[in-house]
This record gives sequence, structure tokens and C-alpha cells, in this order.
Amino acid sequence: MSGELSALDLLLSADPTLIAIVRLSLLISLSAVLFAALVGVPVGACLALTHFPGREVLIVILNALMGLPPVVVGLAVFLLLSRSGPLGSWGLLFTPQAMVIAQTVLVAPIIAALTRQTIEDLWVEYRDELAAMNVGPARRVATLVWDARFSLVTALLAGFGRAAAEVGAIIIVGGNIDGFTRTMTTAIALETSKGDLPLAIGLGMILIFIVITINALAWGMRHVAERYAG
Amino acid sequence: MRAPDSDLPLVFVGVRIAGGDVTILDRITLTITAGPPTILIGPNGSGKTTLLRAAMGLVSLSSGRITWGGGEAGAPTKSAITFQRPTMLRRTAAANIRYALAAAHVPRAKRQERTAELLTLVGLDELGDRPARRLSGGEQQRLALARALARDPTALFLDEPTASLDPYATKAIEDLVRVVSARGVKVVMSTHDIGQAKRLAGDVFLLHRGRLIESAPATEFFATPRTEEARKFIAGELLV
Amino acid sequence: MMNRRTVMVAAALAAAIFTAPVHAQDKSIVVSSTTSTQDSGLFGYLLPLFKQKTGIEVKVVAQGTGQALDTGRRGDADVVFVHAKSAEEKFLAEGEGVKRYPVMYNDFVLIGPKSDPAGIKGTKDIAQALQMIKDKQAPFISRGDRSGTHIAELSLWNKDAGIDIEKDKGPWYKSIGQGMGAALNTASASNAYVLSDRGTWISFKNKGDLVIAVEGDKRLFNQYGVMLVNPAKHPNVKKDLGQQFIDWLVSPEGQKTIANYKINGEQLFYPNASDPGA
Repeated sequence: MSGELSALDLLLSADPTLIAIVRLSLLISLSAVLFAALVGVPVGACLALTHFPGREVLIVILNALMGLPPVVVGLAVFLLLSRSGPLGSWGLLFTPQAMVIAQTVLVAPIIAALTRQTIEDLWVEYRDELAAMNVGPARRVATLVWDARFSLVTALLAGFGRAAAEVGAIIIVGGNIDGFTRTMTTAIALETSKGDLPLAIGLGMILIFIVITINALAWGMRHVAERYAG
Repeated sequence: MRAPDSDLPLVFVGVRIAGGDVTILDRITLTITAGPPTILIGPNGSGKTTLLRAAMGLVSLSSGRITWGGGEAGAPTKSAITFQRPTMLRRTAAANIRYALAAAHVPRAKRQERTAELLTLVGLDELGDRPARRLSGGEQQRLALARALARDPTALFLDEPTASLDPYATKAIEDLVRVVSARGVKVVMSTHDIGQAKRLAGDVFLLHRGRLIESAPATEFFATPRTEEARKFIAGELLV
Repeated sequence: MMNRRTVMVAAALAAAIFTAPVHAQDKSIVVSSTTSTQDSGLFGYLLPLFKQKTGIEVKVVAQGTGQALDTGRRGDADVVFVHAKSAEEKFLAEGEGVKRYPVMYNDFVLIGPKSDPAGIKGTKDIAQALQMIKDKQAPFISRGDRSGTHIAELSLWNKDAGIDIEKDKGPWYKSIGQGMGAALNTASASNAYVLSDRGTWISFKNKGDLVIAVEGDKRLFNQYGVMLVNPAKHPNVKKDLGQQFIDWLVSPEGQKTIANYKINGEQLFYPNASDPGA
């Protein structure tokens, strides 16, 4: 019980360590989602709209990649970024940048796969009208992406949820360094293993709050969509 | 090569469109020229929609040829089409029209003005800022018409525009067809409603099972149909 | 329009995230050390003082001893600070380190449940205690993670108690492959014996029914050594900053600071940089 009470203390007094950890977590996961979207949305849209041999296989692979285990991604990025690895000269291991990279790799397939599905469904609906209006390929993609914006934001929220909740990838490539690469999930893992629960519980409460907020946003998005864009 | 000013005359020569084993259009030969509306009639499944889509260049032909603008063009450039269930873009009504104007390469400076004109023409000027998807069926069909007219077409193909609408909305569309036709736009419209055909037609094409059964100016067609199918259709019998 | 805005936001975020730590990285080193050292809280005490004096930021990546040394071998750390002399000397022999400096020692303690199922209460002989645990098949938790503690534990079984633990272990012996805190948690939850370093034990907050069963045996001695990763093999190693850290650790000032680190009034680490045999 005392663990939970001191957790509340930490939260209410805005303990600076706690704040720093939460800030880093959000910065890393939000950045990862942004970069994943910059890659994933165009890839998903193109995959939805172009036809080439092997397309079906690629779609199956993309869908499978949504379930990439975070620790495996962490291991792969670790091997790439280690000084003795191919990208070692970049010196990125054990930095927040490495964590962003790992989470981007984790989240991009999710966003690409969900984008592909959404855009493809919308294309079926829009195909005739856009062809009738003589809309060129570039504008076509932009129109579909814009009209699908609410579903795509939901995809981004799904990606953010995945990133914010994972620990396997970032603990491996980040090293869980105190004050530098320690995030909510890695701190919870550490403090729990030390048997030091107040901080872990406090962070856990914040993390759950974030997860609930994301789901509420996704749910609310549907209602906003209907009210304002039909 | 200079694009023709008009997609008319629109000529089908021996057009056949098949999907797998099914023949949807069977050796259609016809000519559409400027003038009062041409009404395409026939039972459901007779190929009306496919014919209109082919006229718009949206369907590949299994055999035969379609030419626009007297045989110079390879595809229609001054035509537009609306569908029975129009797809509204997820934005306001006015934005839908602006989109069509942009796609038709209307200069940005002119778009505001043209949008207002078109909204007024189709009677949606009060609803310009409403999300298009929240318009009623009739309003959406009128918006689709406005989008089509944004292309400043010489030929306008309308695929059963009033099939899902109530009489009030139907009248609004029919009035618009008359207005548009009076401005010199060639309207080619499909319907399975005999009354509507009688009200609007300049000339009539009867389709049945993918084949062009009869074509004639309206008065002739309704007064003295030449084929058995035409007679039956006009009498309101089921054409099987 | 949508795309332009998104790209600008992305660029701003990229700038924030990719430039922020750069100026901190100018004067910083990566030290790979062990989870038990980190869990003891020593770094939280030591490093701010070092930074205050030299302006150097020390980033500690805490792992098991084996992993910590491997991180050094890969060139991903500048300094290695662990407590497994034989493994450290092997590291040097491979040419991966420059020189080994003894820094301090703490001791291991055998922790067990108050109920003492193996009946070893009162023993001062670790070898005898382990023998009794095996005979009674009392539950025992091993870290199993190639850490300094794990290596010490295996040495106590094999060398000192004369038990080939790999062969003679049974279901009573559980190897969990995790750090000291996790091992203590598991021991607490399953009323088992576990070998721990005193530092982690003192600051462990979930003791439950566990108490110290055996302590003080000279064979439970745990020596810490620090080495600079060889810049000849890994040119990226920050050898000047790393050496500054090592020099401070073994300096009279650094040694005094180590001795001053206390939990609940108890000193955890005993500086012995000046001991030639350490």
C-alpha cells in the first residue's frame, strides 16, 4: 500500500525525475510515429493504388510485419548501430536517437499496412468519380489520403500506442541510461526489478492514463469525423 | 495536335464489351450529335450504365471503336458524367466543386466565382458550407451535377440520376436538365422511367440485353414504335 | 498543403531530437558496468560529484558482467567497470583493455528465508553452508546471467564447496537469467536462498522474510576493477575523458567519496586502489 501512496506523492509533487522520464518517453514515441507516418503513409498509399507482380505477397508480408516482436527489432537495430556493426561510425547506440529509430522500424509497418487497407477500400469507392474528373495519379493519392484522414489518424494513434507501450526495443538500443535514455517503460522494468515500487507504480499510472487517452481520442475521432465531414 | 472544341459527334462503331463469358454490350453502333437530350432507356441490366461509362472513356472495349469529336480525339476531353449514387468527397459542398474545377485546370483566381455560380445554378447556394456527405440524396445528386458542369462539358452523361430520389428531388433534377440543355450542353441520360423519358427526350435509344433495339426521335418512338420490344416497353410490360 | 505542414513539423521535431543531446555529448563517456553496482545506488551518488568537478557526463549502461565486457569488446563503451577479476584479466589478455586498476571491494552475503530450511544459521563457512543447502535440497536462486555475482556464485560451488553444480543441480536450483534485484524478488517470493552483493541487499526494498544467512567468510570477497577500452582497437574511444574518470576513481579524493557512500548509515564499498594484490 505504501508503494501506491508514495507513487501518488511523486505524481502530485511533479517530481522532476518523473517529469523528465515522461517527457523523454513522449518525445521518442511521438517522433517515431511521425517518421513512421512519413514513410508508412506514402508506402501504404502506393501499395494500395499500384499493381505489379508480387503485390499480393508484399501485402501479406507487410501485414505480418505488424506483429514484429519489439525485442527482435531492438536486437536488429542494436546489431546495426553497435560500433562493431555496419552503421557503428554513426555513434548512435545508447542514445535517444537509436530509440527513435527502433520504434520507427516497429511502427512503420503498422501504419503502412493500415494505410494500405484504408486507401484501397476508399479507392474502390472513389475510382469512377476520380477517373471521370480526369484526376492525375499524384492528385489522386493526395485526395484519397486527405479524405481518409480520420482513419489514418486512427492508424497513427494505433502506432503511438504500440510505441509508447513497448520496452523490448528501446531497452536494448537505449541501454536504459539514467537521465539520458530512461523512459517510462524502461524505468518501470528497472525499478520493479530493484523492488523499488513507488516510482514504478507512478509511471505505470501515467502510462495507463496515456493508453486510455489514446483510445478515447480514437473513439472521439469517429464522432468528430461524422459531425464535421459526414 | 489541337484538341477539338467538342467531343461531339460521339460515334460508336460495332462496340462490344464483354466481361469473361458475359456480353454486356453487343455490337453497338450509334451516333450522338448536339441537340436536345438523348434518353437511354431499357430494363435493368440492359447495359445502359456500361454504355454511358464507355462513352466517357472509362471502359476498355473488347472490339469495335468509339470516336469523339469527329474522329480526331483519342478520348473525351470535354465530357462529364454523374453516377446513380454519386461519391461525395469528404469536404464541404463548395469544396467538392472547387476540387472539380481544379481537376479541370480552371485557374485558381476564377474558382471562387465559378463555385458560387454553380451552387446557385443547382440551387445549393445555402448549403455550400455543409459537409457534402451530410446532404440529402437529392442534394448530393445536384452537387454531382454541379461538379460535372465545372468541367464546362459539351456532353454530359447522367446515369439514372433520379432512380433513388423522391418526386420533389426528381423534379429539381429534371428542371436542371432542361436548363443545362438549353445552354447548349448535350445531355445523354439513362432512365428506366418511361414518364421521365417522355418528359425530357429529344431522342430515345432503347437498349435490351446489351443490344441497341431501336432509336428514334421521341415523338416518333412513343407514337409509332417499330420493334416488338419497344412496343412492350412502352406498354409497361416486362422485357425479358 | 497538408503535406507541407506535416513535413515542417517533422523537420522541427527532427531538429529538436537530433541536435538536443549533441552539446551534452561533447563531454561525456559511456561506462559499461553491472546492474548490481547500479542497483546499489553508488553511481547516483558518485557521478554527480565527478561531473561537478570535471564537467564530464558519465553515462552508465548497466548489464551483467559478461555483457558489460562484451560491450567493451564491441567498442560501444569507453570504460568498463566490473567485478570479476578473472574475466577482466581475460579482457586484457585479448588486448581489449589498456590497464586494470583495482578500485574497491564489497562483499557477497548469502541471503535466505528466516525459516532457514537448510539449517545453516550460525555458519561462518560458506562452503559448508552451500553443501548443506544441496544436501537438504533447499530452494536456491541463481542469477544465471554471466554476471560477476553469477561467476562468483559458480566459483563458490565448484571451487570452494567442491560441488559440480552443473551436474549436481536439481529442481531446487533455479537459474533465472536476470539481475540482482530480480533474483532477490524471486527469492523473496519463493522463500529461497540467494547469493547477493551486500550493496544491493542493503538498498533492496522488498526484503519480505529474507535475512542474511552467512556473511564474513573471506571467500565472499568481491573485488571491483576498472579498465579503459583499448583505443588502439576502437579509435572512437574517448581515451582522455575515460582516463580522467579512472584517475578520479583511484585518486584519494575518489576513494574517499566511495567510502563515504552509505545506506542506512552502513558503508557499502571499501576502497582499495592502493592494494597491489587486489
